[in-house]
Amino acid sequence: MYPSTFEYYRPSSVSEAIQLLSQNPDAKLLAGGHSLIPAMKLRLSSPAALIDITRIPGLSGIRDTGDRVVIGATTTYDEVMRSELIQRTLPILPETIDVIGDLQVRNLGTIGGSLAHADPAADLPAVMLALGAEFKAIGPNGERTIPVDQFFVDLFTTALQPNEILTEIAIPKPAGRTGMAYEKFANPASGYAVVGAAAVVTLGADGRVTAARVAVTGAGPYAVRRTETEQALVGQEPTTEVIKQASQRASEGMTFNSDVFASDEYRAHLTRVFVGRAIAKAAQRAQG
Amino acid sequence: MAVTKLFGASVKRREDPRLITGRGNFTDHIRLPGTLFMALKRSPHAHARIVRVDVSKARAMPGVVAVYTGQDLVDKLAPVPCAWLIPNSDLKVPSYRALAVDKVRYVGDAVAAVVAENRYVAEDALEAIDVEYEVLPAIVDQEQATQDGAPQLYDDVPNNIAFHWKLHAGDFDSAWNQAEVKLSRRLINHRLIPTAMEPRGALAHYNPGTGDLTIWCTSQNPHVHRLLLSAVTGIPETRIRVIATDVGGGFGSKIPMYSGEMLASAISRDLGRPIKWFESRRENYVATTHGRDHIQYVDLAATREGKVTGIRVKSYANLGAYLSTASPGVPTWLFGLMLCGAYAIPAVHVDVFGVVTNTTPTDAYRGAGRPEATYLLERMMDLLARELGMDPADIRRKNFVPKEQFPYTTATGLQYDSGNYEATLDRALELVNYQQLRREQEELRAQGRYLGIGFSTYVEVCGLAPSAAAGAMGFQGGLWESATVRVHPSGKVSVFTGSNPHGQGEETTFAQIVADELGISIDDVEIVHGDTEMIPFGMGTYGSRSLAVGGTAVIMATRKVKEKATKIAAHLLEVAPEDVTFENGRFFVKGAPDRAKTFQEVAGAAYLAWSMPEGVTPGLEETHFHDPINNTFPFGCHICVAEVDADTGKVSFRKYVAVDDVGNVVNPMIVDGQVHGGIAQGLAQAVYEYAAYDENGQLLTATLMDYAVPKASMLPRFDVDRTVTPTPVNPMGAKGAGETGTIASTPAVANAIIDALSPFGIDHLDIPLTPERIWRAVQERRG
Ligand SMILES: Cc1cc2nc3c(=O)[nH]c(=O)nc-3n(C[C@H](O)[C@H](O)[C@H](O)COP(=O)(O)OP(=O)(O)OC[C@H]3O[C@@H](n4cnc5c(N)ncnc54)[C@H](O)[C@@H]3O)c2cc1C
Repeated sequence: MYPSTFEYYRPSSVSEAIQLLSQNPDAKLLAGGHSLIPAMKLRLSSPAALIDITRIPGLSGIRDTGDRVVIGATTTYDEVMRSELIQRTLPILPETIDVIGDLQVRNLGTIGGSLAHADPAADLPAVMLALGAEFKAIGPNGERTIPVDQFFVDLFTTALQPNEILTEIAIPKPAGRTGMAYEKFANPASGYAVVGAAAVVTLGADGRVTAARVAVTGAGPYAVRRTETEQALVGQEPTTEVIKQASQRASEGMTFNSDVFASDEYRAHLTRVFVGRAIAKAAQRAQG
Repeated sequence: MAVTKLFGASVKRREDPRLITGRGNFTDHIRLPGTLFMALKRSPHAHARIVRVDVSKARAMPGVVAVYTGQDLVDKLAPVPCAWLIPNSDLKVPSYRALAVDKVRYVGDAVAAVVAENRYVAEDALEAIDVEYEVLPAIVDQEQATQDGAPQLYDDVPNNIAFHWKLHAGDFDSAWNQAEVKLSRRLINHRLIPTAMEPRGALAHYNPGTGDLTIWCTSQNPHVHRLLLSAVTGIPETRIRVIATDVGGGFGSKIPMYSGEMLASAISRDLGRPIKWFESRRENYVATTHGRDHIQYVDLAATREGKVTGIRVKSYANLGAYLSTASPGVPTWLFGLMLCGAYAIPAVHVDVFGVVTNTTPTDAYRGAGRPEATYLLERMMDLLARELGMDPADIRRKNFVPKEQFPYTTATGLQYDSGNYEATLDRALELVNYQQLRREQEELRAQGRYLGIGFSTYVEVCGLAPSAAAGAMGFQGGLWESATVRVHPSGKVSVFTGSNPHGQGEETTFAQIVADELGISIDDVEIVHGDTEMIPFGMGTYGSRSLAVGGTAVIMATRKVKEKATKIAAHLLEVAPEDVTFENGRFFVKGAPDRAKTFQEVAGAAYLAWSMPEGVTPGLEETHFHDPINNTFPFGCHICVAEVDADTGKVSFRKYVAVDDVGNVVNPMIVDGQVHGGIAQGLAQAVYEYAAYDENGQLLTATLMDYAVPKASMLPRFDVDRTVTPTPVNPMGAKGAGETGTIASTPAVANAIIDALSPFGIDHLDIPLTPERIWRAVQERRG
């Protein structure tokens, strides 16, 4: 449980951090450290240097930009959970964060760190997919925006370049009658998601689903949207039967992880069950 | 009568303020100048021949002081000892080197030791050691390991069978032939990882000037460690001091002698510098002993009325790659003798095959043998009830040893000291509101919800003793305990005990007993343990024996003190000792309570010794070595109520009732705590914890990310109650409470879950009852 030797840098601006990243190709950004440090202690990761971005002014905080809520990358779970704006507009975030790790993890872990790390069993990736978030990244060539649907590309792999920093997550405020829910089957040892399902469901005046975004984490190598399920909902009244039919499609075309706790077959089953539960809860909430 | 009787009072644990404010004296807290850090290079393969170990790069690293391979130490360290040489079993104890020499036999087997200026350098240097292995096929499953053609761990252990132990009591064959009901099952009692909060470690300091070795280490039995360290290093025991004052849990895993403390000692002597070694959690998981791991074939004979007439067990016990210190005794004596449980079963036949495999060595783990017996019996009782359409409570009642028959000699030859098994069952049924619960179960089933009620009516053997029995079982030690009670001139008292509490709270309970005996304040009593330089030779803490055996030694030594003090008091009061009464800390003349001396005055007089009675020596200090006449046998009834989500296989707990009888209780709060912790561990075996290996011998649950030690939120509320049936075995009437919870709870939980699943036609599933296992079973039955 002792990491190998590394250098430590604490830049005071994003540009300085990017410069340090370019100069130290074996360096890693350090945010809350709650994924990176454990990996270093097990020597699964041995970066030559750590670039601590948690003290960069302006990189943390939560803003209301009218139609969107913008969260700085180094904002901690705890800050998000306590934000009155978030509780009001995006209640799925506090609901999810409540089942992430423990107090220490939530006090130090950051939103950007979780998303950039892209742990296959992390919770937030599914929620961000369901919310349709947009990510801002800054690199040596400037700034770009990455839609969440293009962000998670493989196991522990995102669309970020090695020398890019994720700086902001922008989330559209939900429209009208929208309900959202996150349902998690936690691994009893790690507490991470064996399967986590996030659903954001919007209903029209007639009570039919006008929009739905459903995503799953934990089950496969990276978090994914379940578009077949979404399509099966749109235009329908969210009855038990409709939700059941839609959630049956949630495991279609997915690759599933298999480990000592849960086989791929079981994860596929859990995916259907938890997607169903998340949708039912979200729909019920939308109905008010 | 003492004014304030502490026996029976929930005195707050006196050790806690120190422990919970981080002021404990744990091994890793000890700092000595000039200490070097030792790290062990461990095998990544389960079975391989060591072709070459190249340490040259590691040796050349700045900060590295020395690197040792197995070959370097062959002459400096004897093999790791095995100290339970079970008789009549053809036991083979293969050589177990602290650092492997020719072959590695499990993932985690140590092959080299690095000693460096600090731990970072030591860990870096491990990566620079180049070991060339010739990988051999590995064997993990103990039943398959006995088959012809299986990989062989040792040339001299054919079919990997280290022993075949038998206990055939009564005539099982005729019971079987005449049985109206026959049940046969294969049961698995899977492997567990003890997971003490503090991993193991040592700080060894050999002083070349004096030839003394002082070693701080994580030990449940420091004197035993001293003796064994002396045997393996050749340093006389008089020159070795073992200190293990604060130990952060053990659950049996800190009984054995391991390579780590042996190496630290030998290398400290070699280099003349203090050597510290401490496991990481990952090392703890691969290289500290594991527990359980039986494959059991059970045949149960019974009458149609539900009377069990005989039981036959063939068990394959997985010993792991080497025979750890007590490992042969755990799956044999501690298991086989208990196969009657709480029931009057006339015939018991047990055959145990101790098998070596390419896995971490196993040894005692909380309950040690008894959970394996209890789970087996309690599961079979439920199967019998199911077979006969009887209520699981009734089948137990029918087979209980009746309370009139105590002391009761079992078919296996144990003498159960005292008991009233039905009383615990009745009380538990009442607490859980049984009839109402069964009705609710029916109603829920109609709604497609699956509630289950599970029983465990256990009895266990604890207060491990006496020495003659230990000898007959081949245990290479006595099972007595020692205590010295030293009264200081001021009347304050130090008690030196051979027990070595590491979470059990004896600093409090022992002080309660002594304060009561001497009529003094508990604040005037200190309990000293864990330092071989201070305490008399003693056997240590395990097998729920500290109070029953160690506590009795304390009482007997205290009574000797009282006897001597009475003589001195009589002399001071100028009467005969027979005319002196001792009460509430005062010696007074019978019939004249004003003519008195306080305990403190007498203590002072004993040390001034200006005027002593004829033939009485100065000072006030006594030692007692107590060897009990028998073990003690706590018992009880646990009932678990659980609900299964048939869609996911997930279990949630509704209720948990534990009614235990541990005889008289010194400190109810501490016993409640022991019961709570025990239930948590036993429940965890039923649903959460399991050590899993792949077929190559890689431990798949090698971190706390994969091995599910339960958090409080994963446990139900425990409703704990007790009945009191004192034991005649010791003057306190106290049995033991350290292991009851673990022993009782695994079957109660498993039985509850299987009861919940009975509408699916499921009558047995092997533990651990993980969600996927349950879900699969339900899927299969649903079709
Ligand atoms: C005991 C424990 C339990 C946990 N349980 C859960 C759980 O139940 N669910 C869950 O989802 N997570 C869980 N986690 C993980 C936790 O959420 C982590 O905090 C989070 O995954 C990473 O965030 P961090 O700020 O700590 O990132 P760090 O560990 O500092 O970094 C993680 C990775 O992301 C990179 N990185 C960080 N910030 C940025 C950025 N702004 N731009 C680009 N790259 C960046 C780093 O270089 C590193 O590679 C748990 C962790 C622990 C220790």
